Amino acid sequence: MHRRTLVSALVLLVGVTNSARVDAQTADVQALRQEIEQLRKEFETIQQQYGERLSALEARLGGQGAPAPATPDAAQQQPTVEVPPGAAGAGGPTGALPIYGSVAAASKIFNPDIAVIGNFLGAAGTNHINPSPALEMPESEASFQAIVDPYARADFFMAFGEEGVELEEGFLTLPTIPGGLLVKVGKTRAVFGKVNTLHSHQVPWTDRPLVTNNLVGGEEGIADAGISAARLITNPWIFLEATGQVYRGDAGDIFRSSTRGDLSYVGHLRAYQDLTDDTNVDLGLSYARGHNAAGVIDDVDEGRFATDLWGVDATVRWRPLQRAIYNSLLGRAELIWSRRGQFGGRERALGYYGSADYQFARRWFVGGRYDRSERAEDATLRDTGGSLVLTFWPSEFSQVRGQYRRTRYAEGEDANEFLFQFQFSIGAHGAHPF
Amino acid sequence: MNVRTSVVVGILAACLAGTTANAQGKLNVVTSTEDLASIARDVGGDKVNVTALAKGYQDPHFVEPKPSFILAVNRAALYIAVGRELEIGWLPPLVTSSRNAKIQPGAPGYLDASLNVRILEIPTGQITRAMGDVHPLGNPHYWLEPGNGRLIAQAVRNKLGELAPADKAYFAQRYDDFDRRLAAAEKRWDAAMAPYKGTRVVTYHRSWPNFMARFGLEVAGYVEPKPGIPPSPSHTLDLVEEMKRSGIKLIVVEPYFSLKTPQAIASQVPGGKVLVLAPSVGGVKEVTDYIQLFEYDVNLLAGALKQVTGK
Repeated sequence: MHRRTLVSALVLLVGVTNSARVDAQTADVQALRQEIEQLRKEFETIQQQYGERLSALEARLGGQGAPAPATPDAAQQQPTVEVPPGAAGAGGPTGALPIYGSVAAASKIFNPDIAVIGNFLGAAGTNHINPSPALEMPESEASFQAIVDPYARADFFMAFGEEGVELEEGFLTLPTIPGGLLVKVGKTRAVFGKVNTLHSHQVPWTDRPLVTNNLVGGEEGIADAGISAARLITNPWIFLEATGQVYRGDAGDIFRSSTRGDLSYVGHLRAYQDLTDDTNVDLGLSYARGHNAAGVIDDVDEGRFATDLWGVDATVRWRPLQRAIYNSLLGRAELIWSRRGQFGGRERALGYYGSADYQFARRWFVGGRYDRSERAEDATLRDTGGSLVLTFWPSEFSQVRGQYRRTRYAEGEDANEFLFQFQFSIGAHGAHPF
Repeated sequence: MNVRTSVVVGILAACLAGTTANAQGKLNVVTSTEDLASIARDVGGDKVNVTALAKGYQDPHFVEPKPSFILAVNRAALYIAVGRELEIGWLPPLVTSSRNAKIQPGAPGYLDASLNVRILEIPTGQITRAMGDVHPLGNPHYWLEPGNGRLIAQAVRNKLGELAPADKAYFAQRYDDFDRRLAAAEKRWDAAMAPYKGTRVVTYHRSWPNFMARFGLEVAGYVEPKPGIPPSPSHTLDLVEEMKRSGIKLIVVEPYFSLKTPQAIASQVPGGKVLVLAPSVGGVKEVTDYIQLFEYDVNLLAGALKQVTGK
């Protein structure tokens, strides 16, 4: 190609390219302007909307001249769900309720708090009198707890064991009864001493004391269908609470009801006092009476015998408030007397335990327990024992426990055992009374 | 009157004395924490008797529902709860056992102070306990923001006005006074904290999101690996590395946690410092009311930040 022609072609090409670039740039600038204008309009709209919302919020807060609070971001974005019709009539809320947590939680509104506590036990060593399996899952507790209406709440505790399902407790609590009464109706663990009131996952050992097994019905204890009323005895000095309970009269191997009139009765008086902010003392007196099974022959109660139980319990707690999550000490003792009517006369038996549990670190507890108890049917038979316990809590919701237990049974046999336990909780388990 | 009659009359009089706390016409107010108690005193003045259950220096998550608290709640005309499940481990059995219909949830004498305040850290996705002891309704330490204190005071003013309509104007005037004092104090606190906006700190527990956000500080990490889970060696090492890398020097700790791990961390970070702040009224002796709480914390924090940042 001729050089001049080549130069002309190059100049033409550059010119065309430049012209195209300028056109493209002009178009881009135009598009950007439009986009900015659009954004400006959107921003103004949003600004106006938020201004209106802020004004409404200020007006709702009463316009007291207070600076407007920071907008609750979450509340702005929070999804809501309508309360089902009829809830208002039952004293429930009305309108829209915020949904916290997962949006799927909407389905849980008005469902009770549900939890399951697993209890896995293992045993090693020898025990010919009262052996337990090497490994077992004796009981898992499922709880369902909720407020029923403005006047009552309900609590259900189901025990799922290897042998089936049992209602451990299931009761309605009426906290607003006139006369300062706290009334419970349903199946409850009787307020007899301390250990009888505790569910398995609450006791600080893998087992229950010998006196509980020999005189108060063992694991099941005094738990029956009935009515309970507790009243505070107000006075300027100490906390005093009196509880009266009437039951159908069937509780494990303690009480046996043969007729509708064979009710059992439990009475309890509790005195509590704070000695300091960190230390308190808790004392109790208990009494229970009901028909027993000693006179039952071929399912007929020929003997009409009754059992009377008296109990005294004392608990001292120390927990320094500022280090409450690291250190605590609980010392406890219970004495129980049994007077059991049976063929041949009344059998009087006594049993007790004393225990101490010390929390020496945030997740570690060490404890010991001494047991001594005669047997309700034959007070000449006396069992004694002692335990050392070490507990580790990975978190509030699980614990691992090891217990060395030595028992000398009345039959003359000694049992040396190492018991271990894994407990774990899922779901929302309600707080326990103190 | 013979001796026996005198004794009986004396005992009866003493028993009745326990139930006549309202004899002077004052409302019995019981609160979960001392912060709420302080605000209730500020608004209620001499028309209320206020009792706080938890002490300011104890972990409010782990209060024991002692029977002596049942007596206090039994006599309450108004119960003010922190809410957001902070007290879920101890308040429900107290309220149920109180035999007091006035303060049952939903009754006029029950006030959940969290309902109209700014709540942070509300989980929006699926939550599990693998995340630690998370609060599904959001962070309950919301009182550590003066704006929220003002909103709590408004709620208390309104509630006291409902329960004692004759004193409504009195409560309104007391609230206005509290509001003025708080606003004036906020200017001082803002000025003290202004140089440190954007500074990153570490805290032990997730107690401080409202406080730090209010004063422009950023929480870059926690001594606890997850809420309620004690510090582990691997997490502690990671935290030390992060603090070194990011130049974070300050660890804020609540008075009820052990200082052992925070001090070990601080000793491995150049210029590292542990600062114990009061998370509540009564957390330390000097902090006697809600405004003092911020006065104390801001002064201490600004002093420490000046030391570690050189500003």
